[in-house]
Amino acid sequence: MMARDPDDRNPASKPRETEETDTTMATAQLEDELITTEVETGSTERAGRPDETVVATTGLTVHYGDDQALWDVDIEIPVHKVTAIIGPSGCGKSTFLRSINRMNDQIDGCRIGGELHFHGKNVYDEDVDPVALRRKIGMVFQKPNPFPKSIYDNVAYGLRVQGKDDEVDLDAAVEDALRGAALWDEVKDKLDESGLELSGGQQQRLCIARTIATDPEVLLMDEPTSALDPVAASKIEDLIDELVEEYTVVIVTHNMQQAARISDKTAVFLNGGELVEFDRTATIFENPADDRVEDYITGKFG
Amino acid sequence: MSTETNPTRGITGDGAAQADRVANRRVRRILFGCAAITVLTTLAIFFVLIDNAVSYFYGLRFTEALLGASLEKSVTLTEFFTGTRWAPDHATPGHGILPIVFGTLSITVGAAFVSIPIGTATAIYLSEYASEGVRSKLKPTLEILAGIPTIVYGYFAIAFINPVVLSPIAETLFGIHLGRYSMLSGMLVVGIMTIPMVSSISEDAMSSVPDELRNGAYALGATKYDVSTRIVLPASISGVLASYILAVSRALGETMAVTLAAGFNAQITANPFDEIMTMTAYMVSMARGTSAVGTIEYQSLFAVGLVLFVMTLVMNLLNDRLKRRFQEEYR
Repeated sequence: MMARDPDDRNPASKPRETEETDTTMATAQLEDELITTEVETGSTERAGRPDETVVATTGLTVHYGDDQALWDVDIEIPVHKVTAIIGPSGCGKSTFLRSINRMNDQIDGCRIGGELHFHGKNVYDEDVDPVALRRKIGMVFQKPNPFPKSIYDNVAYGLRVQGKDDEVDLDAAVEDALRGAALWDEVKDKLDESGLELSGGQQQRLCIARTIATDPEVLLMDEPTSALDPVAASKIEDLIDELVEEYTVVIVTHNMQQAARISDKTAVFLNGGELVEFDRTATIFENPADDRVEDYITGKFG
Repeated sequence: MSTETNPTRGITGDGAAQADRVANRRVRRILFGCAAITVLTTLAIFFVLIDNAVSYFYGLRFTEALLGASLEKSVTLTEFFTGTRWAPDHATPGHGILPIVFGTLSITVGAAFVSIPIGTATAIYLSEYASEGVRSKLKPTLEILAGIPTIVYGYFAIAFINPVVLSPIAETLFGIHLGRYSMLSGMLVVGIMTIPMVSSISEDAMSSVPDELRNGAYALGATKYDVSTRIVLPASISGVLASYILAVSRALGETMAVTLAAGFNAQITANPFDEIMTMTAYMVSMARGTSAVGTIEYQSLFAVGLVLFVMTLVMNLLNDRLKRRFQEEYR
């Protein structure tokens, strides 16, 4: 019943993504200079801080039925930084992201191997409650998915299901979250209107507000701007830059310029589920160690 | 003859194309005729009901009045709608429809109390909780339940629900000796019968709620119960309400099962162990009885039928309105 679309493993079912990758390839020549300048202005400040790991995996594998979607992934995601996950369609980016907050549990026939530690605790241990885990690790999806409820109720939803609506001042919490998602000024006079009335970009910021309202530690973002126009997308990017002051952000993106602009570290997934290289974003884009990453970044394939 | 080639064949109205056009027109007429049959039948039923009901109240039909017969009052509308004794075929006849309207409504309400909670819970289970394996067995079973002839449900009530389930309860807890029929038995059997309608239509509505909404809620740390009750149910509410109304309409018009379960004693009572009579049960007993066609007790059939028709019509209109209202609210 749940989650009929197991992953973006089948490129044919997502023509839009393929298209995007093509565009990336076509403009590959321009990227080099764009990237180098952007990286330096973008994230030098945060990049200086020492890394403290919040999520770490060792030998993480994911199978969907007989298909293996992730192969022995070892990664350490630093706290209060933006970690970008890039790679071609079907390389397991989204699968990896969803394994962090155990959203893969929703998919029939999905098996996880290896370990995934959150603050040193393997989240796939028997005694871990995925519901509790997801209250620590929020998630924003590719397609904005506000609930068919009022803007206010959308933001309050997480607090309500987590039973925090009695402890906190709900009005203030909703306002804080909407401010945090840079949406307050646009919606403060229409909190009772349906979240579906908003534009796509506003809906996505509503989903971010909904996620940060419950104050998680980590924000997982699965291509949060790919369904948005460039202006709305750049607002989300600016927002991510602010959010990382309080949260750890892990973002899957198809857009390499976006990864270069906003992330501190970048992980490149290739070959149907293999983590090929993980390093500082500047290193990945300027001087990658692996030839395949170099080829991917410069648009030779992907 | 047939192997002869003619380059203009098919575009110049030669014999074949002409025949095609004629055939096409004929098919069109036949299809229209089939569609027209349903409309005409509905109109005919409505006319027969009204014509006969009028004769029940005014002593003659429209058709007779047109031929010039004089009006002869029989049953007044006041007696019909406010009287509390229903016995048109009795030596001292009573023509108050209230007891059998009460019978129908009480069965309908009682059945709704059974079918709506159980049906909704079943739908939520099937749509949100059940594994694929369980679903693939449970759904067809429910559909079989929906396909059992209602007379079989009637015998189920008369042979099992009433004597085996209800009778001991009435006897031991309330000291009431249960007869062959009871109101409660009717409520239960009609309720059970209509569970599949609620569960199947509600489940369809719930299944069509996009997974993005579920995932969004799960990612916020919602439990399955939260997702079911606070996301899926509200988002599918129009379909769920439609299933309730359909089930209620079905209960209103239900005949064989309720006749065998609830009985033939037209009375207004608060005791669920009493025998009562629904409008449909009255019509069954009347239609197979000995009253001669054209007598007032025979004509009462049509007056009762008309009232039932109006009641189900109201339910249908309500269904349409609810659907439209909630469709606006939820996309």
